[in-house]
Amino acid sequence: MSKQPSKLLFETFINSRRNFIQKAGGLSMSAAAIGLLSGTSINAFAGEKAVAQDVRILNTAIGAEHEAVAAYQLGAESGLLEPDVLKVAVGFQGHHKEHIDALSKAIRSLGGEADDAKSNYQFPVEKLKKQRDVLAFAAGLERGAVSAYANAIPVFDNRDLSLAAASILADEAMHWAVLRSALGLDPVPGAFFS
Amino acid sequence: MFFRRKFPGQATLLLTLLICESVLAADADREAGKLAYNQCIGCHSFAYHRTGPKHCNLIGRIAGTAKNFEYSDAMHISRVVWSRETLNDFLASPLTYMPGTSMGFIGVKNSDQRMNLVEYLVHQSESDQCDP
Repeated sequence: MSKQPSKLLFETFINSRRNFIQKAGGLSMSAAAIGLLSGTSINAFAGEKAVAQDVRILNTAIGAEHEAVAAYQLGAESGLLEPDVLKVAVGFQGHHKEHIDALSKAIRSLGGEADDAKSNYQFPVEKLKKQRDVLAFAAGLERGAVSAYANAIPVFDNRDLSLAAASILADEAMHWAVLRSALGLDPVPGAFFS
Repeated sequence: MFFRRKFPGQATLLLTLLICESVLAADADREAGKLAYNQCIGCHSFAYHRTGPKHCNLIGRIAGTAKNFEYSDAMHISRVVWSRETLNDFLASPLTYMPGTSMGFIGVKNSDQRMNLVEYLVHQSESDQCDP
């Protein structure tokens, strides 16, 4: 008998966390990438304009992360998610909060100021009638996030920021794959992505 | 004729712009443009502002002037008017075309893909879902 999508989603999430912990040693690259966001390797000689541009790009990323946090909050409070799915959604939301923290630290280390969340966000609430709608909505946001990071990585002047953004991109891609799987879609629809 | 006689330079420029716009539109593949728009959905939608401004009624709009959206100074003072041509130039490399923009996006380097994206943006931004 096939498993319920929500069950599958929850198990995938739990297994992912378990595997992450077991393989933490193998993830030193990602950890290092995030560590770079603390500013330890910021080039003191980078031009002011280049730094200002990096700060703007980081703040744009923070804006999208704040939106994701708000979207997951909307989903969590919708009453449409089964308990197991809710746990996964809250877990993903926690990742986005961690991204905001890391990106904010990077901005501060560059002498900038991180943008706050907006007071309100517009979402297609009228289209969210059942759990599947919420999952599809979240999947769309995650897919967009992957694309946004993919297109931002090449424009950072500081390549350490590109590395860190790539680490975040990988996390967003895993969210997207898990959500697609829960929707009964091919979790990895192609070899390339834009 | 009057226009051409009175303003010969402007007439030529206008004609050139119209031809450029027509050429850009003629070969574009809107369905391919819809796929290319996936590169935008992290920050934009047609109907409402997100991290980036909404795309409804984009054509003919002066950059940085959509209501209730906080733009970068660069976008705000640019006075660029969005058209097929300006979108094509901007999307090739936003940070080069408009230094200081918040749009941290490398650009759509493939000219065919960019033309398709522009055509999709033009079509959708004027569609029923975008009625003012």
